[in-house]
Amino acid sequence: MHDDHDGAAVIEEGRPIFLQIAELIENDIIDGNLPEESQVPSTTEFAAFYRINPATAAKGVNRLVDDGILYKRRGVGMFVAAGSRATLTSQRKEEFFKEYVKPMTVEAQKLDISPEQLTAMVSRGLAELPDNPAMERSGSA
Amino acid sequence: MSDSNNAVIEVRNLTKRYRSEKALDDVSFSIAANKIYGLLGRNGAGKTTLMSILTAQNFKTSGHVSVFGQSPYENEKVLPRICFIRESQKYPDDFTPQHAFRSASLFFANWDQAFADRLVQDFQLPVKRRIKKLSRGQLSAVGVIIGLASRADITFFDEPYLGLDAVARQLFYDHLIEDYAEFPRTVILSSHLIDEVANLLEHVIVIDQGRILMDDDAEDIRGTAHTVVGPAAKVDQFVARREVLHTERMGSFASVTVSGVLTDAQRDEAMALGLELAPVSLQQLVVRTTMAATESDFGGTDRSAETLEVSK
Repeated sequence: MHDDHDGAAVIEEGRPIFLQIAELIENDIIDGNLPEESQVPSTTEFAAFYRINPATAAKGVNRLVDDGILYKRRGVGMFVAAGSRATLTSQRKEEFFKEYVKPMTVEAQKLDISPEQLTAMVSRGLAELPDNPAMERSGSA
Repeated sequence: MSDSNNAVIEVRNLTKRYRSEKALDDVSFSIAANKIYGLLGRNGAGKTTLMSILTAQNFKTSGHVSVFGQSPYENEKVLPRICFIRESQKYPDDFTPQHAFRSASLFFANWDQAFADRLVQDFQLPVKRRIKKLSRGQLSAVGVIIGLASRADITFFDEPYLGLDAVARQLFYDHLIEDYAEFPRTVILSSHLIDEVANLLEHVIVIDQGRILMDDDAEDIRGTAHTVVGPAAKVDQFVARREVLHTERMGSFASVTVSGVLTDAQRDEAMALGLELAPVSLQQLVVRTTMAATESDFGGTDRSAETLEVSK
């Protein structure tokens, strides 16, 4: 029970923890670690694993219930809703520009990287990706 | 602010004077049921005085204190529902931990002996050795075990970890989270190891020089301050009209901590100016807020904060 796990290490400073818990669950759904219709850990398990206040963990889980990503089976627990992976990936694509592309372009400008060089670098990054079923899936779409 | 409808503790205009010194200065707040509170502040801020008055182990000078809607003084309806683990609890000379646990089991209605036994094992506490002969850490473990296994409706832990090593402190935090999840109750944790306990807290009360500086949900505080780092001129431009908590300068560079949540537009602005934005931890925020308060007390200028640095 008190093994020296490091779940606490992924919790960042300076951002509400319930949002981080919601994102961690979302990531697991997107990665396929939490398939649709599978049961998610209890808030007590989240609290113990990430070493956070149980009420905060519950707030993160409940946010996903409000968003329709998780649903509650009375007396059993929380489950991943059908269709939630597609919902989450389309949400994340909108955030992708703001969180990744924009800072990248600012840094590129600072380093005098031309648009052509930048495009070439992105292509190279894509080419160097390990074989990833998720990539193939989106590539064929 | 706490919801006063389910408050288990109400404090209004509480003042405690030791001769001319004000240990508590017109303090008002409430404590809601079944939350974990952090009572944070520097040594001598008034934390222990406050907890002693709430647990009827010290007298107020003026003001109003109610616990479960009643005065705690010599109140047999209130006191058995409160557990106060002091930093340096005194026990009778011939007492062993076993004796201390026996006494606690008689006093606290919710005492869980099986849980206490598990904790004794985890903390590797010699229960038959006289308490006088225990190490500082073992003495702290006795208090931690009583505080957890009593499952009192309100439990105060006043810097409960003195002498406990990092592993034992983690054991305490882990047991607190797990047991609280199963048996929700009100916990008030006084600590200056803020980084260690920050993520366990649902609500934070910061006290300094006998006054309350912050009384907020921990989640509401997170992300409300940022440190902006970059060329001084650009940093100054960015932080203009913001509340500055702290400033450090090194040559033409500046690092300024400002309060307030940043909008996406402001983040874009910082990015365009080539400034780095760093989040501020709860501990840093408490240190900055406390120092800013001290500064305004002494009418200091923006430079005085740098000489008052207490910890990083």
